[in-house]
Amino acid sequence: MMKLSTTKRLERLHDRYTNGDLSRRTFLTLTAAAAASAGLSTPWMGRALAAAKEVRFDGWGGVVQEAIDKYAFQPYTAKTGVGVVQGTFGDENEIITKIKTSKPGDFQIVHSSGVNYYIKYVNAGVNSEINEANIPNLANVLQPMIEPFRKLTPKLSAVPYDYGTTGLAYNTTVISPEEAKEKGAALLSDKKYAGKIGGYADMTTRVWYAALDTGQDPNNIKDMEAIWAKVRETRDLAKKFWSSGAELMDLLSKGEIVVTDGWSGRIAALQQQGHPIGYLDPTGSYAWMEDMLILKGSPMAECEELINFMLETDTSIAVAEGQNYPPSLDPTKVELTDKIKALPAFDPTGAMKSLTFADPVYWADNEDAWTKQWDRISKGA
Amino acid sequence: MTRGWTLYDPRLAWILVAPVLLLLIFFLLLPIAVMAVYTFFTFVTAGVETSALTLANWHEFLTDAYYHGFLIKTLRVGAVTALICGVLGYFPAYFIWATTFKHKWLLLLLLIVPFWISFTIRTFSWIHILGEQGLINVTLLKLGLIDQPMQMLYTEGAVIMGLLHFLLPYMILNVYVSLEGIDRTLIAAARSMGCTSAQAFREVTLPLSLPGLAAGLLLCFVLAAGSYVTPQLLGSGRDALFGNLIYDTIMGQLNWPMGATLSIVLFVVLGCFAALYTRYMGMSQIVKGLGG
Repeated sequence: MMKLSTTKRLERLHDRYTNGDLSRRTFLTLTAAAAASAGLSTPWMGRALAAAKEVRFDGWGGVVQEAIDKYAFQPYTAKTGVGVVQGTFGDENEIITKIKTSKPGDFQIVHSSGVNYYIKYVNAGVNSEINEANIPNLANVLQPMIEPFRKLTPKLSAVPYDYGTTGLAYNTTVISPEEAKEKGAALLSDKKYAGKIGGYADMTTRVWYAALDTGQDPNNIKDMEAIWAKVRETRDLAKKFWSSGAELMDLLSKGEIVVTDGWSGRIAALQQQGHPIGYLDPTGSYAWMEDMLILKGSPMAECEELINFMLETDTSIAVAEGQNYPPSLDPTKVELTDKIKALPAFDPTGAMKSLTFADPVYWADNEDAWTKQWDRISKGA
Repeated sequence: MTRGWTLYDPRLAWILVAPVLLLLIFFLLLPIAVMAVYTFFTFVTAGVETSALTLANWHEFLTDAYYHGFLIKTLRVGAVTALICGVLGYFPAYFIWATTFKHKWLLLLLLIVPFWISFTIRTFSWIHILGEQGLINVTLLKLGLIDQPMQMLYTEGAVIMGLLHFLLPYMILNVYVSLEGIDRTLIAAARSMGCTSAQAFREVTLPLSLPGLAAGLLLCFVLAAGSYVTPQLLGSGRDALFGNLIYDTIMGQLNWPMGATLSIVLFVVLGCFAALYTRYMGMSQIVKGLGG
């Protein structure tokens, strides 16, 4: 049986009505039904048709996403005609919740926070399988950054894109570089700066810095009670735990806080704006990487093409300079600029040995219990 | 078509309420039922749960004092906010009702104006008033009345202030509607029988306006106790309310079964309060206050 299009069906109805085969009421009823049917099917049809013309990206917003948009997405759209629809989130758990409650394909690429979060997507079964042959620029990506992902899923769902550290940021008009270096992580529990201390409202960062402050290895913590005691101590001395890069920059630049742990790229941006902010990576400073994760149900060819474009040397360097985080490109294979080489956390060897990343398995094993405890402590428990 | 139907035919009534009834079933009762079922699901790890039924979430809620403390605190903040709203809201409502100002509608319009601005933006505006570099601190510092900025933001007081800002118009409108329903000849009669203005207010106006005040108190209490945004923006972690606990459990810990349990708890507790309240105040009185 031939399938009628909505237009054809309406034309036939109209013919029957004008020929007198149909009453006015029946004609209007059937027309309304056809229109309703067309209206209901449009969103689904639209999405299906738009899939090849648009890719959905969700990231951290702010200067980071502005750089990605300006140096990667806009040129990509100009080159291919494929638009990039963007969304932002302040906390990656927020986007995971949205993904869980949406249909496959509603969210497609996420600027994700490395292996710790990668596990969550894998556990939730929302990750895709990338065809690496479609991303030839993956060959230039640092192998030490790819390996942790491959350990979790031999077939990658994400491609490492940048890395940075969460070090100590301090107001140089109040704290000297010498004092910062001498005290290190202990600055975050220094009573001298009570009411002027900040920190990222995130379990991993809080536990990591409490471990450094109590002389423990963040990847092999022996005394958890001491950690929670230190987290409480910092909480009681802190003015506010910030929850976004914009808030971090605002608190530091307005002098509301004089010391905090902070993201290297955001601090570099403040320094470039002329604010008197120093940055120090204490021994064992928290290093992290970010990746471009493709979710299940995404238009894989377009997503892979976009990520490959983002990994082009020129694009990757421009984004890195814009967002102030070193790219995942191997400096032994690709010539990087002086600006990138001067960025905090940049590793010129490409071996990443100087950076301390969170052990994904160790942290994943403790994540649920520690997050719950951190939630309670942050609320005064 | 309408043959055999009467004006007050029950069948007609059912047909008329059917769309709303269906909406309530599909968009209120069904989601609540799904949430209730979720409370018995098993949390595996962040973002992962199984449908294996368990009482673990309820056991955790019932045995963990952390949750009880937050529930009591939430009810306290809700009650304090509602009472302050009642005290602060009655007088403007009375003034609007009693005034002989020709353009009374302008006063009512002023009450509604705040709703033209986003609730989140209105809440954010308090940061610029109460913050260390906010209007109050800067003024007091410049006047030399204080040496150090006062800590006003990120306190429970700031949260209650934000809630008052949000809820006061609801209280004023409720009381005003109730006052408007009073037959003014009753007050004139009281006066003619020797009552002073104050006595007429105490013996006639106040008792007759109580349904509106009661409805306003219930509305403000339920909305304050269920609030999430205000404590999130104006309070510190310690000033979180039960709604923030639900948010963090679902969005931070990605523990949906426990988050659903906490949601159902808040729903039931507030529902019980509303039921008890209407039981003793009388539903018709509340509805009269809400609807005028």
